[in-house]
Amino acid sequence: MKLLRMISRDFRDAVKSVFRNISLSMASLSCIVITLILVALAIITSYNINNFSKNIKNDFTIVVFLENEIDQEGISEVKTKIVENKNIEEYTFQGKQDIAKEMMESSNIYKNIMETWSEEDNPLKDTFVIKVKDIDKITKTAQDIEKISGVYSVNYGEGIIEKFLKIFKMIEKALIIVVVLFVLITMLLITNTIKLTIFARKREIEIMRLVGASNFNIELPFIFEGFILGFFGSILPVITIIYGYTYLFDNFDGQIFSPFIKLVEPTPFVYAIALIILSLGIFVGMFSSFRAVKKYLKV
Amino acid sequence: MELISIKGVNKRYKNGVTALCNVNLSIKTGDFVFVIGASGSGKSTLIKLLHREEKPDSGKIILGGINVSKLRNRKVYKLRRKLGIVFQDYKLLPKLTVFENVAFALEIFGLPKNEVRQKTIKAIELVGLKNKAKQFPNHLSGGEQQRVAIARAIVNEPKLLLCDEPTGNLDPEISLEIVKVLETINKNGTTVIMATHDKEIVDSMKKRVVVIEDGKLEGDYKEGTYKNEIA
Ligand SMILES: Nc1ncnc2c1ncn2[C@@H]1O[C@H](COP(=O)(O)OP(=O)(O)O)[C@@H](O)[C@H]1O
Ligand SMILES: [Mg+2]
Repeated sequence: MKLLRMISRDFRDAVKSVFRNISLSMASLSCIVITLILVALAIITSYNINNFSKNIKNDFTIVVFLENEIDQEGISEVKTKIVENKNIEEYTFQGKQDIAKEMMESSNIYKNIMETWSEEDNPLKDTFVIKVKDIDKITKTAQDIEKISGVYSVNYGEGIIEKFLKIFKMIEKALIIVVVLFVLITMLLITNTIKLTIFARKREIEIMRLVGASNFNIELPFIFEGFILGFFGSILPVITIIYGYTYLFDNFDGQIFSPFIKLVEPTPFVYAIALIILSLGIFVGMFSSFRAVKKYLKV
Repeated sequence: MELISIKGVNKRYKNGVTALCNVNLSIKTGDFVFVIGASGSGKSTLIKLLHREEKPDSGKIILGGINVSKLRNRKVYKLRRKLGIVFQDYKLLPKLTVFENVAFALEIFGLPKNEVRQKTIKAIELVGLKNKAKQFPNHLSGGEQQRVAIARAIVNEPKLLLCDEPTGNLDPEISLEIVKVLETINKNGTTVIMATHDKEIVDSMKKRVVVIEDGKLEGDYKEGTYKNEIA
């Protein structure tokens, strides 16, 4: 009960202090708002990129064409070699007969032409379709498979995916750097705000010490002030993120540029981000004031 | 009962000044003690050691069972809660009223509102400022401001009241009034230690007098006077 009264008093003090130094508080708040929005954008972008990468990874395969003259024994030799490769997730064999049949079923034009082929005439090749474990190593894997005797050629998108992924990774790295930078700037700003509060209340603090306030007693209002800055600073970003992303998703029908690039569903995604943003805001606020207290409130 | 025991205390400041040298002193509960001496003799240093604003270099200070000389910074508040402290410059908060200034010393501990109110009013009445409770410090005279400071120092009902030249800024007449207030507080059971070089006051009160000269304890008299000591 006593502690509760103490805390509520300190909290009131902190609120008052935020308003007393309103111009400074506003500077801190704007910085928190910008930082948190950036953090949210970074998380959204990076999560979507990850999601997208995963999707294209799933879609992406190496198609191995075998020599035309290969016999059943040759096919199983190639298969053994393919299985030996450590980067193979799964593979399926499609014989040229199966492919022809599939093609004929898919269109009448094919059907008319292909019906005339005898088994020997079939110009199609037997193929393995391979999914790899690590998409980053797809080139190496494809090259290894191409060396296997009996393999005519491989087709794996010739590194387009890799280039895509590389760009994604660069974007992610740049985002992380920007975010870290902004978090640091925000921390400095809040620390400075709290420092000025501490200086403004020097006499009060001196008297508090004289009449027997403990360190906890003296420090708590400043920690609360950091909390309040962090909390109020995260309200706007949270609202922006929840409504902004949902709006974006609805407006673009859940995809950008092409059906290929799908956005992550807003629920529960945005709420998770909102929670992260709120916690981060509060953490940054409290941590910064904690630093200021340790640095400027000499005991 | 012994409230304060000071044994073999030395204090030297970082700049090399020796402020106190082998001080031994015992003060009983309920005493009223004047600490007198010329400016720079070490009175304030002695008071500061007692509320652990400064630490002795050697020697031992026990105050109400607390080993003050060994007290950690983090624990100083435990000592301060047993003390009231009054300074020459009052140290009031200008934006708070008289009532709020006094209540401040209780509120920071989270005491219930009623209790804060009752104790604050009692302390303000004791120093005779009942009708000025809603005024701000800069609307009060020096003597009145010092009364507020005294009220704040005793509102927590401390065992010991430390006063460092509380009348240093006040006219003789007002000074005497302030000391009368301190005497009342002392009669209610609080031990009072007052550092001063105000001859008239010391002589008129006939209390215990401890004399410091150049950091050394040079005399300790029951019902002493200033005149006899410092020529
Ligand atoms: N913080 C300090 N740092 C260095 N020297 C000090 C400090 N405080 C007091 N002194 C010196 O210690 C001596 C005693 O000072 P003080 O205890 O304030 O005496 P008094 O209160 O009797 O005037 C003086 O010579 C003073 O200059
Ligand atoms: Mg002095």
